[in-house]
Amino acid sequence: MPHHHPSEEMLLGYAAGSMNEPVALLVATHLALCPECRRGVSAYEMIGGEELESQAPVTMASDSLVRVLDLLDEPEVSAETSWPKQIRTGDMRLPQPLRDYVAGSLDSLDWHQRGGIAEASLLPDRNSFKTRLMRIKPKTAIPEHSHHGSEYTLVLTGGFSDHTGHFLRGDVAIADPAVQHRPVADADEDCICLAVTDAPLRFTGTIARLLSPLLQR
Amino acid sequence: MVIGVQAVQSSSRTTLVGVAVMTLDRGMGSNATVASRAVPDELSEFLIAVAERKDRKAFIRLFEHFGPRVKSYLRRLGVNDSEADDLMQEVMLTVWRRAEQFDYRKARASTWIFTITRNKRIDAIRRERRPELDPNDPALVPDRDDDPSEALSASEWRAAIQRAINDVPEEQARLLRMSFFEDKTHDAIATELDLPLGTVKSRIRLAVAKLRRSLEDLR
Repeated sequence: MPHHHPSEEMLLGYAAGSMNEPVALLVATHLALCPECRRGVSAYEMIGGEELESQAPVTMASDSLVRVLDLLDEPEVSAETSWPKQIRTGDMRLPQPLRDYVAGSLDSLDWHQRGGIAEASLLPDRNSFKTRLMRIKPKTAIPEHSHHGSEYTLVLTGGFSDHTGHFLRGDVAIADPAVQHRPVADADEDCICLAVTDAPLRFTGTIARLLSPLLQR
Repeated sequence: MVIGVQAVQSSSRTTLVGVAVMTLDRGMGSNATVASRAVPDELSEFLIAVAERKDRKAFIRLFEHFGPRVKSYLRRLGVNDSEADDLMQEVMLTVWRRAEQFDYRKARASTWIFTITRNKRIDAIRRERRPELDPNDPALVPDRDDDPSEALSASEWRAAIQRAINDVPEEQARLLRMSFFEDKTHDAIATELDLPLGTVKSRIRLAVAKLRRSLEDLR
């Protein structure tokens, strides 16, 4: 069971539907690995149900019921995007819904290797978010960096440590803009993580500063 | 999703819902008419009737109850009138088509329909996908006990959720609702209520922490 969890506000935001897709993907993938947080989200969804129940009813378009009744026997036109695709094969290191986002396998992604770190971008069209999978070789340090925004990291294989703790499969590390940290991957195996940053990273070491234009693409 | 909730026909449920409605209406202005309304116990039964035998009469009852509330909820989130009508119709169509996925032991009808409404809005208005786990995914880490006999009954659940909501002080509850269920940014809330941004953030943080503590027993 994971020991490092998303914040309570993240669970509530996920349950309420107010959260953006990149961070929601990270939270949902954590939920697949964390029964405790699933129970939390269930409780918040019940609060959502109470919210719905307590709405003052408003007048519907007069033909609403007729229109829906007419459609009841029609076959569904298109697949509904928000329901699990339920692909139960592929790389089991990647729980759903993440597996859907990588079409079942890490090999389908366009990886960029720099030293001991390979990166593949997901959801590239989300302006203010950078979403990527990272594969970090054992004992590799990620260049010291701080953030303009927050950085969320979910461990999928292996582990890493920084000054805030040791993170293993299912754990979520949250670094706020004030934090400067230097995560180092565990020695035993590659560490694969899903990382979501809500503003570009800002590298702080001297060499990293030279590399920064390259790394930030 | 995980916690088993047994369907319990309980006479106290109506009372609890009455309290719930009044509580949630606090601070929302002109909703006094709703407070006197009690939710019929049969909502889940209607849903089961739709699932088991495609019962149109039961569906119409669900439509009459939830349609105006789903639309109202969407309107509050800033969806325009005609779009809210269209989306509400899609939600109700999904209720009809997916009714067999509703598990009365795990959720109430209102919770289940809330999640459908939430997802439809994300698809249609925000034009994003809603990342959801797959409960039958082999990679999912199962819960330690999914034994319904150990779970709280539906009425106990309701009572606990209500206590949790009631425990959040009024001015914090309002911010919580605006932030999470009306999808407003902290900046927008600060402007609307003429509060410093720091106050908005700290009140929301306090409210969430309070909710979390109140819900601790349920997790």
